[in-house]
Amino acid sequence: MSSKIKPEELIKTFNLKPKYRNWMDVPVDFRKGTFNYAGSEEALIYLDQPNPRKWQVTDPDWKLPENWQEIILEGLRERLEKYRSLKIFMDICVRCGACADKCHFFLGSGDPKNMPVLRAELLRSVYRREFTTAGKLMGRMVGARELTFDVLKEWFYYFYQCTQCRRCSVFCPYGIDTAEITFLTRELMNLIGVNIDWIMTPVKNSYRTGNHLGVQPHGMKDSLEMAAADIEEITGIHIDVPINKKGAEILFVTPSADYFATPHYYTLMGYMMLFHEIGLDYTFSTYASEGGNFGSFVSHELMKRLNNKIYAEAKRLGVKWILGGECGHMWRVIHQYMDTMNGPADFLEVPRSPITGTVFENAKSTKMVHICEFTADLIYHNKIKLDPSRNDHWHATFHDSCNPSRGMGLLEEPRYIIKNVMRKFTEMPDNTIREQTFCCGSGSGIGTDENFEMRMRGGFPRANAAKFVRDKYGVNICLCICAIDKANLPPLFEFWVPGLEVGGVHEMVGNALVMTGEKPREVDLRLNPLNNVEEKL
Amino acid sequence: MGLGISLISFLLVLAVGWIAGIVPFLKVFFMAYVPYVALAVFVIGLIIRILRWGRSPVPFRITTTCGQEKSLPWIRQNKLDNPSSALGTLGRMLLEILFFRSLFRNTRAEFKDDRLVYSVDKWLWFFSLAFHWSFLIIFLRHFRFFTEPIPSFVGFLQNIDGFFQVGLPIIYITDVLILSGLTFLFLRRIFNSKVRIISLPSDYFPLLLILGIATTGVLLRYFFKTDLVAVKEFTVSVLSFQAVSQELINKLSPLFAIHFFFVCTLLIYFPLSKLVHLGGVFLSPTRNLANNNRMKRHINPWNYDVPVHTYEEYEEEFRDKMIAAGIPVEKED
Repeated sequence: MSSKIKPEELIKTFNLKPKYRNWMDVPVDFRKGTFNYAGSEEALIYLDQPNPRKWQVTDPDWKLPENWQEIILEGLRERLEKYRSLKIFMDICVRCGACADKCHFFLGSGDPKNMPVLRAELLRSVYRREFTTAGKLMGRMVGARELTFDVLKEWFYYFYQCTQCRRCSVFCPYGIDTAEITFLTRELMNLIGVNIDWIMTPVKNSYRTGNHLGVQPHGMKDSLEMAAADIEEITGIHIDVPINKKGAEILFVTPSADYFATPHYYTLMGYMMLFHEIGLDYTFSTYASEGGNFGSFVSHELMKRLNNKIYAEAKRLGVKWILGGECGHMWRVIHQYMDTMNGPADFLEVPRSPITGTVFENAKSTKMVHICEFTADLIYHNKIKLDPSRNDHWHATFHDSCNPSRGMGLLEEPRYIIKNVMRKFTEMPDNTIREQTFCCGSGSGIGTDENFEMRMRGGFPRANAAKFVRDKYGVNICLCICAIDKANLPPLFEFWVPGLEVGGVHEMVGNALVMTGEKPREVDLRLNPLNNVEEKL
Repeated sequence: MGLGISLISFLLVLAVGWIAGIVPFLKVFFMAYVPYVALAVFVIGLIIRILRWGRSPVPFRITTTCGQEKSLPWIRQNKLDNPSSALGTLGRMLLEILFFRSLFRNTRAEFKDDRLVYSVDKWLWFFSLAFHWSFLIIFLRHFRFFTEPIPSFVGFLQNIDGFFQVGLPIIYITDVLILSGLTFLFLRRIFNSKVRIISLPSDYFPLLLILGIATTGVLLRYFFKTDLVAVKEFTVSVLSFQAVSQELINKLSPLFAIHFFFVCTLLIYFPLSKLVHLGGVFLSPTRNLANNNRMKRHINPWNYDVPVHTYEEYEEEFRDKMIAAGIPVEKED
């Protein structure tokens, strides 16, 4: 599919000054390459979700329950009573338009319905019609409309064209959070079985096997052992891989892509080398083998059902606290939802680094620490020996992943690590990093092949900033701390910024880490030869 | 969508106000009774609105963080954009409500030779802030018509507001700012295609209405002066729930009647519209909660048990494979 559209053609379609048309009169167009396939029957049955059936988005009949409008409106009523956020966000938007050109999907598509304000109006218009007096009496005059099948199609198209990155929420004078609106609208659609497969099947897999790829315990073990073998080949050091080890001090949970996909895999090697070198008493778990939470892309209940495993496994294994790997949406769930949903974690201890003695007061209730917080603390206390010159063939920039930046505020820790493990680091322009960072374009479960064009559009602002530092400063790798980034940035850059690589922060740690008893390093974790700067640049 | 509808609605309100100002019988009705209806709708409507928001709980702490979190002691936290304490959150809210912190971040994205570039764009911030603050100060200045004796802050405000001492009567800065702010906001809705697409009648109408209030106010002050002694006697009577005599009402000019009717309309319109952002901004969960999620457990009052896939069920399914791979299990067979 990627061969069909070309960057130079796509770029010609960009337009930030859409022509005025009453948006209610513009029908949705399910253009190939811009939407995701429908959720599979099998996944819905396994998860006991409403209305499992075989259907396709382009079908004229979506095989909805007869009273589907009623189900959705009742669901909306219930959620208005349960979430103050929703009620407030429905009522107070003044449509100032500050959010309009902040959304990567609007910037990359020029489609007015991708302006966050209009995305929210898709739901708000129905809310007005059903729940406000003015809307009931005056209809379209006050921006109210009935929930029809066309409206549902529009919801499906545009609420799966939002990656819940929250960039708009930073700029909104009332903090209206489109991620919250998207989340709840997807939840409403899920009530009648309208959802996408790249969310529902991973949810099913995570529920059954513990991880979204559906990898079974022995498969996971193989993969971890393969990483250990690769590490041994590069460093000459044998590493044991603790799995489901009872009584370990720390449970380590990372997105499952880390042990199956590249370039995630190099980051996994980095973690394992680091843990070995500092002698950490930790364990992987095959049961809680997924940090990423695909449930959080479709419903609060599914989010809770998947997230449950992390505390349950920590309890079963009897660990003291939990350490989490590099991941974006995963960390929003852990930071903002886990303790509330599945806590209190009173069977765990306040996290304390066994190496430095640092007590992580900022995680004293949830008892889960981000790997970047953990490693930054190690480096600050000089507990590991680093040789940054081993990363001299890389000139890095750092892509802040959406959720750690806007749902947490993890900004300095990764930068501190990067600056200690490598010597060439250049930031992308100010309006595209930290809390203003741009999404990779594929977050929240929409990173599918069938949605390729929309992903390339949505990822354009990120790619554009990366291209700037590549062209101007010779940056050749973009580091990030999110599994979806690591999966999506490579095709995105291949499309817009060919030659720019993608890696994880702990991959660079692995390269720079001087391990006790290691043989002289000749290659980095990707088997690129070291000390051969010309070749790489 | 909706510019026409808003204009017609506004002209209708203007017409009613004008007729009320010149037809003696109607004038008594509009001047002596309508204000009570307006005040009641405003107060009760706003209270109902806030109670309704307050009735829904805040199940999760979903702060939008806009700076460095509190983590390791040697990393400097951004205490205002990512507060972890009540004090920091208060600071964040004050910055937001008094100075429109988030709007201050506004940028404009543009394509330049196939490149996306961002430039600082403070116009929306500046004119919104100018409008809101001017409105507040003008309202406070009006206390000289509401109470006897006149509160001391009124004189202070008047002195500052008339600092440049231009014209006679002295031109207030806020009068200039509110008119330019509203004009900017209105024209922006028409000429910025993105904003025009999202604009509803309920976006144009309040701008026109407040523009009407400000314009009639300016006319009354600088051009068609009215009997201020009568105005004061009238407002004090209304606000102290005393009957207003026909004779007094006759002394009030038709222009004042229009000004007054616009204000009554705004009071009635307020709680039924987006103008409730005045109250809602205080309750926005992405702004008014501290980002201390991992430090302090947030309670969801409706948290309920969900079906889970337990470890036992998991091991049951994969036990053989786990044993074969040498992964520890709970039950050996």
